[in-house]
Amino acid sequence: MPVEQIPYRQTGSLVAGNRLLAAELRAGQARPDRADALTCGHRACRGCGEALAARWVVDAALRATANRLIAVNATGCLEVFSTPYPESAWQLPWLHSLFGNAPAVATGVAAALRAQGRTDVRVLGQGGDGGTVDIGFGCLSGMFERNDDVLYVCYDNEAYMNTGVQRSGATPPAARTATTQAVGPEPGNVFGQGKNVPAVAMAHEIPYVATATVADLRDLEYKVTRAMDLRGARYLHVLVPCPLGWGSEAHDTIRLARLATQSGLFPVFEAEHGEVTAVTRIRHHVAVEEYLRRQSRYAHLFRPRERTDVIARIQAQADRNITRYGLLAESAPEEVS
Amino acid sequence: MLRQIEGSQAVAAAVAACRPEVICAYPISPQTHIVEALSATVKSGALAPCEFINVESEFAAMSVAIGASATGARAYTATASQGLLYMAEAVHNAAGLGLPIVMTIANRAIGAPINIWNDHSDSMVMRDAGWIQLYAEDNQEAADLHIQAFAVAERLSVPVMVCMDGFVLTHAFEEVDLPGQNDVDDFLPPYRPRQFLDPSDPVTIGAMVGPEAFTEVRYLAHVNQLRALDAIPAVALGFAESFGRATGGLVRPYRTDDAETVVVALGSVLGTLKDVVDELRDDGLRIGVLGITTYRPFPFDAVRAALTNARRVVVLERAFSAGTGGIVTADVRGAVAGAECVTVVAGLGGRPITRASLRRALVDAHGGRVESLTFLDLDLRLVERELARPR
Repeated sequence: MPVEQIPYRQTGSLVAGNRLLAAELRAGQARPDRADALTCGHRACRGCGEALAARWVVDAALRATANRLIAVNATGCLEVFSTPYPESAWQLPWLHSLFGNAPAVATGVAAALRAQGRTDVRVLGQGGDGGTVDIGFGCLSGMFERNDDVLYVCYDNEAYMNTGVQRSGATPPAARTATTQAVGPEPGNVFGQGKNVPAVAMAHEIPYVATATVADLRDLEYKVTRAMDLRGARYLHVLVPCPLGWGSEAHDTIRLARLATQSGLFPVFEAEHGEVTAVTRIRHHVAVEEYLRRQSRYAHLFRPRERTDVIARIQAQADRNITRYGLLAESAPEEVS
Repeated sequence: MLRQIEGSQAVAAAVAACRPEVICAYPISPQTHIVEALSATVKSGALAPCEFINVESEFAAMSVAIGASATGARAYTATASQGLLYMAEAVHNAAGLGLPIVMTIANRAIGAPINIWNDHSDSMVMRDAGWIQLYAEDNQEAADLHIQAFAVAERLSVPVMVCMDGFVLTHAFEEVDLPGQNDVDDFLPPYRPRQFLDPSDPVTIGAMVGPEAFTEVRYLAHVNQLRALDAIPAVALGFAESFGRATGGLVRPYRTDDAETVVVALGSVLGTLKDVVDELRDDGLRIGVLGITTYRPFPFDAVRAALTNARRVVVLERAFSAGTGGIVTADVRGAVAGAECVTVVAGLGGRPITRASLRRALVDAHGGRVESLTFLDLDLRLVERELARPR
């Protein structure tokens, strides 16, 4: 992990302890000069992973650009909960056009800034998984291949949550959604579908691709900062648990994101120009079952009888990620306690 | 500067003279020559610091224009036919956001069956999108309308479509007086938006509006559109003073003063129509032509004034609504409640509208012998054979 490792000995966590750190080592959110670009008072649900991630992403991007930032938003939860007219939760210039065009709108903003000679102003595109991997995918790929100067962030909660939890191209196998119900011989979303958009982004050989989760916000801040150091098309894919859509407790949002990474289901890495350059290794390896059990979208895997066959297939996916990205360290980092 | 030049090249030169800052386009016949010429102009550096973005779809083209315009840049794109439909969602969005984008429509039919040739089916689909729609009669007007379009769009914060007949105008070589750069600079000041995306003065653009204010938003857009009925003639007048020729405006009456029958039409067919009307006048028929340059907003008062004395109105349509009939006719009927109003559908999918056919149709119409919905040069043998097949 590229962020400076800061052991915090009371809890064994590497991410907490801001109060005890020197100001320059604290997370951006713990510093008194944080931008707070997405203010409180918005309408996100309790425990919303997307709202948390968006605040950290936008604040980190603002810090990296000395507040010279414009955000373009796809239609979706983030747009709806932040801008119910006549209110706006955004403290930076912010544009929403449509569901499927945020990457292209961001391209237009970047082109205008170049034409106007305002190259100190940077562009952030953002959307959910539906707006990114499905309906906005053509515009996203176009933005990538032209290497337009945009950081695009996908907040992936693995379904169309804003419309009531329907399946997207990012919905994992076996997950129950409103359009992949837990009925029939293969309940929930089927296996063998969906797309790995970070890998697709890497195939465009753009300057920077990274994944992150809300379980490691320092890492998320670092990746946004790193992305803003670079010019050209950059892509950040952030896993953001959704209590409403996943059927999880609001207080489990961070825990679920952590279990997703520690099981190997969600690999956390960085890539530059199509090559993986850094991988966040698993610190406490867990079985996927620990992750699945806390979400009612997977309840049918445990009741009325445990579907060990299906769970084994999901475990095999996690194991494949572990092998593919080398997620289990040869020598695990020193345990701190 | 007088040039013998292709319509697309003339339009490209006029657009370039407007100093756009962002041009984005996806190729579709018959729009291609316009954007090819502009891409060369931008690449040569002559339009610096203008950006030319080759996008992956028309949906992206309009989206890039939206982003650029919201950032305060003068933005331009061009499309036709399927491309206009493919960007439909963004077309409405640009109007809703009040972004003064200018777009050329190289009018072309819509499939199926696929057809690359000229009619007005594409832009008619977008008549309710909230854009101003201008229709060019010839290439001089096509070039001039783009300069006027930027002026109107930026004055009202409303996007403008300049519609020119595909191939008939885009690919036709005519003499065009290309506007000089200094004259255009004098006529069209740099774009200074009231509000744009700026970190020094952050705004939220594109918020969600619910039932409590949505009607008011739409009403205000309507009021703003109606302002175009004053702005368009004012800009055309200013243009005439600067450039010495009368192009643009709301409507163009021709020999209508004492006409019993007036033919209403949009676009390049007006030239042929005037020739036919001249012939019929020589034969003693009191017949005239009303060209509609501004179709959206629809200039009800101007149309009413031009048709006051007409007993019969023939609307020559380059598109129609299956199962219903004329599209422009519905608007014209709203302007002239009293007069008999018939629709002649002509020139679909690029079928030539010949003087001979027009002459026959107008003589019949003048004598009250055409049905309320007539298809010019319809091959009755073909359609009757098809209709006779068992279902």
